[in-house]
Amino acid sequence: MSDATLHSASPPQQGEAGFGDFLALLKPRVMVLVVFTALVGMLAAPVAVHPVIGLAAILFIAVGGGASGALNMWWESDIDAKMRRTCKRPIPAGKVTRDEAFAFGITLAAFAVVMMWLATNAVAAGLLAFTIFFYVVIYTIGLKRWTPQNIVIGGAAGAFPPMIGWAAATGGISIESVLMFALIFLWTPPHFWALALFMRGDYDNAGVPMLTVTHGRRATRAHILAYTVILAAMAVGAGFTLIGGPVYLATALVFNALFLRDAVAIWRRDEAQAEADDYQVEKRAFRLSLWYLFAHFTAILAEAAMRGLGLGGWA
Amino acid sequence: MSFREEHELHKRRFGRNLGLGLVLAGFVALVFGLTIAKVSNENFALPAQTTQQGGD
Repeated sequence: MSDATLHSASPPQQGEAGFGDFLALLKPRVMVLVVFTALVGMLAAPVAVHPVIGLAAILFIAVGGGASGALNMWWESDIDAKMRRTCKRPIPAGKVTRDEAFAFGITLAAFAVVMMWLATNAVAAGLLAFTIFFYVVIYTIGLKRWTPQNIVIGGAAGAFPPMIGWAAATGGISIESVLMFALIFLWTPPHFWALALFMRGDYDNAGVPMLTVTHGRRATRAHILAYTVILAAMAVGAGFTLIGGPVYLATALVFNALFLRDAVAIWRRDEAQAEADDYQVEKRAFRLSLWYLFAHFTAILAEAAMRGLGLGGWA
Repeated sequence: MSFREEHELHKRRFGRNLGLGLVLAGFVALVFGLTIAKVSNENFALPAQTTQQGGD
């Protein structure tokens, strides 16, 4: 084929995918949370990891998480095109084709799991593989479009990174890593439902059965409060376990009191009040939820660091 | 002999190719670092069969 026919068959695209577009497929903002929680899981473990092996493990967890994001965008490009929040993603924007996103995601997923195994151990690689499978197949393809509990179940996928980090260091699963999993798992529903309340219309248009759409906004407000109460009990209770200590407990008490205050405020409001102040309370709760998770994992890290100096924990 | 004129495609994809090149270079460096870290471990041992070669 000559250059002339090549160009007539496929003229240069205005928005051809650049390196940044493929990077955007990896959902870099979500990756920040994945990397941070995985790093805490690894550093909180009682086994020291060689810095290069630790760096590699975090990198492959990030790549595996990114691959999940790319495969999620591949499957959900029709939904993404309908939502204001996601319509500029590379596939709906016409920068990357669905086939390219699929090939990119599946290749990176396999690469991340194999490299994780070679760099660390089979348990960490197995957990990473299961996380990718869970997020893409169970959540994205299986449950997201037909159950309003999609956020609850999907939260499990985002909760695995600290367990993988812990497994990369120790080669196993323990009560401490399960507690870190539980913290993110229970945090996810109120975090996303607060977002769903003030991003109103987006999920309705896309046809995703979010709780706000299937059970109404009143029920969503009640669910946020119920999950925040369970989360607060678990998060504060964890302060008395192996990952806890005075620093963690103080942090948990402050942030859970603030989160509960916002959850109660959300529950007491109706739509008229929320619309009147442009969802100020819901937006505040969403922002707080981000700091909430960051603070808890920083406190877990601080306890682990102090334990290394003989200061952390309750002993 | 001169090099052929650079195709428009090369200019258009320069950023993507440069990014990929840097990622691959980083990966090579990481694998090298991992190898050093693994073989420096005091528990490192070569697989047994490598010491029994030449028997058949």
